[in-house]
Amino acid sequence: MNRINKAFEKENSILNIYFTAGFPDLRDTIRIASALENSGADMLEIGIPFSDPVADGPTIQKSSKQALDNGMTLALLFDQLVTLREKVSIPVLLMGYVNPILQFGIEEFCKKCKEVGIDGTIIPDLPVQEFLDTYKHHFEEAGLENIFLISPNTSEERIETIDAISNGFIYMVSSASTTGAKESVQDGQLEYYQRIQDMNLKSPRLIGFGISNSETFNIACEHAHGAIIGSAFINQLEKEPSDEGIQKFVHSIKKQ
Amino acid sequence: MSSFNVSDTGYYGSFGGAYIPEMLYPNVEELRANYLEIINSEDFQAEFKELLETYVGRPTPLYFANRLSEKYGAKIYLKREDLCHTGAHKVNNTIGQILLAKKLGKDKIIAETGAGQHGVATATVCALMGMDCTVYMGEVDMARQKPNVERMKILGAEVKAATSGSKTLKDATNEAMRHWINHPDDTHYIIGSVVGPHPYPDMVARFQSVISQEIKNQLSREEGRNSPDYVIACVGGGSNAAGAFYHFLENTEVKLVAAEAAGHGVATGKSAATTFIGKSGVLHGSKTLLMQTEDGQVVEPHSISAGLDYPGIGPMHAHLFDSKRASFYDITDEEAMIAGVELSKLEGIIPAIESAHAFAVLKKMDFNKQDVVVINLSGRGDKDLETYIKWGKY
Repeated sequence: MNRINKAFEKENSILNIYFTAGFPDLRDTIRIASALENSGADMLEIGIPFSDPVADGPTIQKSSKQALDNGMTLALLFDQLVTLREKVSIPVLLMGYVNPILQFGIEEFCKKCKEVGIDGTIIPDLPVQEFLDTYKHHFEEAGLENIFLISPNTSEERIETIDAISNGFIYMVSSASTTGAKESVQDGQLEYYQRIQDMNLKSPRLIGFGISNSETFNIACEHAHGAIIGSAFINQLEKEPSDEGIQKFVHSIKKQ
Repeated sequence: MSSFNVSDTGYYGSFGGAYIPEMLYPNVEELRANYLEIINSEDFQAEFKELLETYVGRPTPLYFANRLSEKYGAKIYLKREDLCHTGAHKVNNTIGQILLAKKLGKDKIIAETGAGQHGVATATVCALMGMDCTVYMGEVDMARQKPNVERMKILGAEVKAATSGSKTLKDATNEAMRHWINHPDDTHYIIGSVVGPHPYPDMVARFQSVISQEIKNQLSREEGRNSPDYVIACVGGGSNAAGAFYHFLENTEVKLVAAEAAGHGVATGKSAATTFIGKSGVLHGSKTLLMQTEDGQVVEPHSISAGLDYPGIGPMHAHLFDSKRASFYDITDEEAMIAGVELSKLEGIIPAIESAHAFAVLKKMDFNKQDVVVINLSGRGDKDLETYIKWGKY
């Protein structure tokens, strides 16, 4: 059984934290991953930086640019991840736009993920149908769970299709927006959370985009199996990138 | 079955598709499911044709360029898209898309723009239809195309600066896509070229295909034949070329010629000639030829003309290149400027610097005296006066 599935069996308020590989410093990847696990995060998403991140707001755009300026590449990231499983035992996903992965080669990418102990992938601009028709077998052979997104505008029929082909979790985008920290939850969002909860999908759901503090995290946990925090953590890394800063941030979201 | 048009699944050969985040799926799917039915409907066609005729000023002339023909030893015709309302072919597409947006019940319009021509054409039709208009434009482009920024504002549009990356067309497109993700319900995104996720490349090509339809009709009258030997057009994203090529795509006796912006030269690292230095990749929703690093990061393009300053090319053109249906020429900034001044002095027409790239191809080709050559004069040079003045060699 994949580490992702095990995590959902054990815990129903999953805190999944995203950070951009190569930010703030090129060699921070393993240190940050390890500090997050030690602080109590349940799952990690490591972002592969891309020059044109259209689904991202200003915070992740900026971290991606800095990571690329620092010299991060997908090949270098895999080199860094060779020691991942010596330090980190929680599930780890790679999240990135499709072009760098296509240039690396999708088959080779999946093989490398398996080698270094990656459990899943999130590729927002790889269409569902394209994945199913062309690439699915490479991911399966590597034991990778590819995660699909749904948004408030996704039709019920399509959500059911996505649920049927998902084997890790469903990434629920919290509102019609690009990524970015928000202070509170809006009314329309709760209706959407409830509507999806009432669908009784087979896959667990994590809510992401706009989750930034214990308030937004707790509301997400009431309606799903946990939440994903990205931009708010990137802001934290910018202010206080030390292990202590990371611990303070995680504890502010999820009491131990 | 035609081999150079889009397939049912949105591909031109191995290029195209709809590589978009899930947040945009409902919008793009709504378009895909409805665009053919809407634009083929009688009332849409009637309204579209009426506006093209009475508002845009179509058909645009097909002008026999006497002195240019003499100089290059062929029968050279210019398709005068520069005489369209707003000064370029871009308005053919914006008229079509705003009518489509109305049918879909959208009341807000967003657009990206490079040279500002598409932005002006979008602001114009929004004024015409009383719709709310926001145009994203790279900060660098705003500086080098100031008159167009002011034109958009006079027309009532809000112009928002894209300040990320190279601050040009690519970044304006990123910002427009982000805006659409954040406003999916009431907003239609009018993409200005044959780029973006399916169905945009096909939809924009169809709206621009009025160009090649008119060329056919006009050549029949002028030459007693309905197809030329050559059609030459400049390609950034490729909408004017797609429109000029459209009705000749499957007639392989017509040679299609595309002029790409080589900037300082394809080997200098300051270029926008995608077919020369790009490889297959995904940007702005489609798989196409793309200027990129080995790691798949998009490379910043360079061209003297803001309208060609784009690191990709429409998927139709990527396929025309790959299948060798069209021949591609790399035209440097300098060659384009020389050709622009030459056209001005020989024919009394100052072309947009984008269009000047197409004229620079003439020096690189050999023609027979009887060859009928149509050059798509996609826009006029008023907006580029400052660049001509700065270049100074006239």
